[in-house]
Amino acid sequence: MIPRPEDLIRVLPETIWCVFGVLMMLLQPFTRNRHVLSFFAILGTVLGTTATLFASSAVGMGSAFGGLIQMDAFAVFFHLLVGGVAILVVLAAGPYLEREGLESAEFYALVLFATAGMGVLASAQELLTAFIGLEMSSISSYVLAGYRRESLKASESAMKYFLLGSFATAFFLYGIALVYGVTGTTNLALMGAADSSSNLLKLGFALILIGLGFKVAAAPFQVWTPDVYEGAPTPVTALFSAGPKAAAFALLLRIFATVPAATHFWFWAFWILAALTMFVGNLGALVQTNVKRLLAYSSIAHAGYILVAFAAVTYLAGNSDTGAAPAYAAVLFYLLSYALVKLGAFTIVSQLGGAGEKHLSLDDYAGLGRRQPVVAAALSLYLLSLLGLPVTAGFFGKFYVFKAAVNSHLIWLAVLMAVNSIIGAYYYFRLIVVMYMREPSMESGPAPAVVGFPLTVNVVLAVTALGTVYFGLFPNQVLSFVLQSNLLGH
Amino acid sequence: MPGLLSVLIFFPALGGLALLLLRGEDHVWIRRLALTVSVVEFAFSLLLIPRVPAGVAGYSLVENYRWITDPPIHYHLGVDGISLFLVILTTFLTPISVLASWNSIEHRVKEFFVTLSMLEVGVVGVFLSLDLFLFFLFWEVMLIPMAFLIGIWGHERRIYAAIKFVLYTMAGSILMLVGIIWLYNVTGTFDLPAIQQALQNRPELLGSSVELIRRNELLLFLAFFFAFAIKVPLFPLHTWLPDAHVEAPTAGSVILAGVLLKMGTYGMIRFCLPLFPHASRDAAPYVAVFAIIGIIYGALVSLVQPNLKKLVAYSSVSHLGFVVLGIFAFHNISMQGAVYQMLAHGISTGALFLLVGMLYDRRHTFEISQYGGLATPLPRLAAFFLFIALASMGLPMLNGFVGEFLILLGTFHVHANWASWAALGVILSACYLLWAYQRVFFGEVTVEENRTLTDVSPREKWILMTMAVVTLWMGLGSTFFTRRIAASCQNVLDQMGSQQAQEALAPAKSAPPKGTVVIGTLKEISLERPGTR
Repeated sequence: MIPRPEDLIRVLPETIWCVFGVLMMLLQPFTRNRHVLSFFAILGTVLGTTATLFASSAVGMGSAFGGLIQMDAFAVFFHLLVGGVAILVVLAAGPYLEREGLESAEFYALVLFATAGMGVLASAQELLTAFIGLEMSSISSYVLAGYRRESLKASESAMKYFLLGSFATAFFLYGIALVYGVTGTTNLALMGAADSSSNLLKLGFALILIGLGFKVAAAPFQVWTPDVYEGAPTPVTALFSAGPKAAAFALLLRIFATVPAATHFWFWAFWILAALTMFVGNLGALVQTNVKRLLAYSSIAHAGYILVAFAAVTYLAGNSDTGAAPAYAAVLFYLLSYALVKLGAFTIVSQLGGAGEKHLSLDDYAGLGRRQPVVAAALSLYLLSLLGLPVTAGFFGKFYVFKAAVNSHLIWLAVLMAVNSIIGAYYYFRLIVVMYMREPSMESGPAPAVVGFPLTVNVVLAVTALGTVYFGLFPNQVLSFVLQSNLLGH
Repeated sequence: MPGLLSVLIFFPALGGLALLLLRGEDHVWIRRLALTVSVVEFAFSLLLIPRVPAGVAGYSLVENYRWITDPPIHYHLGVDGISLFLVILTTFLTPISVLASWNSIEHRVKEFFVTLSMLEVGVVGVFLSLDLFLFFLFWEVMLIPMAFLIGIWGHERRIYAAIKFVLYTMAGSILMLVGIIWLYNVTGTFDLPAIQQALQNRPELLGSSVELIRRNELLLFLAFFFAFAIKVPLFPLHTWLPDAHVEAPTAGSVILAGVLLKMGTYGMIRFCLPLFPHASRDAAPYVAVFAIIGIIYGALVSLVQPNLKKLVAYSSVSHLGFVVLGIFAFHNISMQGAVYQMLAHGISTGALFLLVGMLYDRRHTFEISQYGGLATPLPRLAAFFLFIALASMGLPMLNGFVGEFLILLGTFHVHANWASWAALGVILSACYLLWAYQRVFFGEVTVEENRTLTDVSPREKWILMTMAVVTLWMGLGSTFFTRRIAASCQNVLDQMGSQQAQEALAPAKSAPPKGTVVIGTLKEISLERPGTR
């Protein structure tokens, strides 16, 4: 089958990301100039992201390659999201790589490949295509996790991620096999006709859920998260917490929203998964003294909040004739607000960590409010957004999830989420307390110096902070985009 | 004057931004600017009085703009007799707090006054919002500045107190958020007047079957009530309050006791009663029991308190118990009393905290045992303290009397036993305040250090004079306030709507009490009522 021109245009973003990834690797022998390499990496991510807009306006929405890829508003949203994440990660990574003395060309190449994989994941309409996307982003991620190869922690992080990750991928693949065995197709759009009561089919989707549950760090598949997040270079941690997570949630949403066979039975699965994930994340975060680990546990907790919206999705899709649009919207908005905040927070952590990422404990943040008021204010803003206080995007994210849950009569899950928000308030607020209300202790050596923030890092912080406040005041545009009726076009 | 309410909310925010632009070391100008902003804000709030006509129940100066399209959230503001004076109380106490912190705040001066301004934004916003969502937003916005006030500028255990304050308040407010969303699900709007209308005209909206109505209404009531009860704080949810008060700087305590606690009781009047009348009625006996326990328990703990600031803090628990009791008696007079007591408590307890803060500035301790015989070195301060203490314990002619009297009067008509128990609190308040006063100010000077203390400075004298004048005026000219409060209180009771409310009102109409300053007001209400509705 010869691809049509519009097929090629619909995968233009992924193509650009991959081409620039290869270009980065080809450039490396010729130049070691970090500025040149950064420039091309930024150019690649920006071009790929804007290509999404070009593709959707030039040839419109629709499927490509005989239904393997579906370019719809949903896919556009996630392309922009992961593309935006890639731009910000590349911007923030430049100074970090220079400080740590790491090669930048390979790093950027891997980020670009991972982004391409996430793009495929977000628009895949067929399970094997999704698998390819998943592998593209995962394998790049494994390497990125161990990018500081002199560091023992980074190697441990990469090893753990790789072993557990490939195990999860195997689950995912086995699930696809079973689903194919029952329905005779791997195309999501064609599965609707399948007999939804088949136990084998349920088992197949359960295995897929486990595989993706690992990627989004849902309990009980979350054990890798704190170690990997802690050991990986902080810009990579920022990428992990925002990009692959969003892409995996996108696929999960597409599977469990478009396949009727998958919607009926899964309500309780998501209910339990959500409750468990919230508690594991929040209770784990309570006792952390390392900021990176704290944010890692918090990202588990937030996966739990998003899964609450998933329970609502399956409930609404299975039980109501109004459709699950508000619940999709909640997931999408939440992921956007969450990505902004996590990128900003990890960028600050990476900058304050200092050479070799030594300053990561809560004590190192004591007195930051006085030492670097602007940075402390920005970090507080992110934390308040994670906490879900008004005038931040996180508040609306949480609000829409609450609303979706209450809409689906998931009152008890909403109450559990409320309880978790209070637990979360403790540790987010504790970090704010440390920054503003505690002075650095004298025993731990000389007072931490003021850390300079390079221009690109400041750009990242400005974008994420302003975005957080902007979406906290005016969520209308994003919301009307994610609420459109043909979000998941067929 | 359109937009006055928006100006009231956002003017302090502008002031805060202007403060941020000043240099951090420029303490004098920071203080001056902060004072100017808060005084101008107070002047703005006074403009409200002529624009909120007495005897009219509805909202005035309404502003209503669409903010978020889906779900429909409006920027909907309005003021009525209940919120009017609470706003003015807020804007009045803020310049007082600025003055009280003039010298006692020495580090991070700029941040302090910015935080204070942001707090004012949140509190004024809470009192003026008529959209549940907007209300919740301001409710949460005020949380962080208050926590910072306690946590940065507080005393030794400030961090513990700040975290405790945040967690308690968050616990309540998150449940309230779930309640708000549930209510939206049922009615399809966040707009308070619209929800009221929907619930009144078609009570079946609350659920498909009759049983469900009561159950859901009760759950919703609890979701709101819990948040408000923590804020008030109602016994047994009060444990954050003593810590927060003792650790907070003077200005923080003044604002906390003066206005923040009133957000809870205001919420009960504005939301719990009109939105969930049946559940409110069902819950009233239990709420009253907790309120009465709070009144007596708070007073007893105050009685044995060795720490002067904690004593005042626990007296707040006791006084706020009266307010809750007055609200849940569902009687016009007791509710007027409750609103009035909110204002009176704001002034007199605020003033008590100022006085305790002034003692602390001189001696750096709150322990009563460290004082004694202070009337000798500090005659003026002692006189002010006595005056305010008398007001707080409810001496006639001063502000505390009017509120407590109205509450007890109204409650007595409906539930004589509630009022009898609560009256114990009045006696106890005289005991703990006078006894504390005696130990601190009378007798011989026991600690040598205290002999050389300096009496009130001109700045302190002006602060205290202002507070004393307002105390006296509120005691004598109470009709100025009750005239404006009455119609709105009646409106709340009318919105509760059922015959039971009318029955509860009946004794008041048949036997108006005689012989007090308040009488004119009562007659006015019973005369006005048929006409205005």
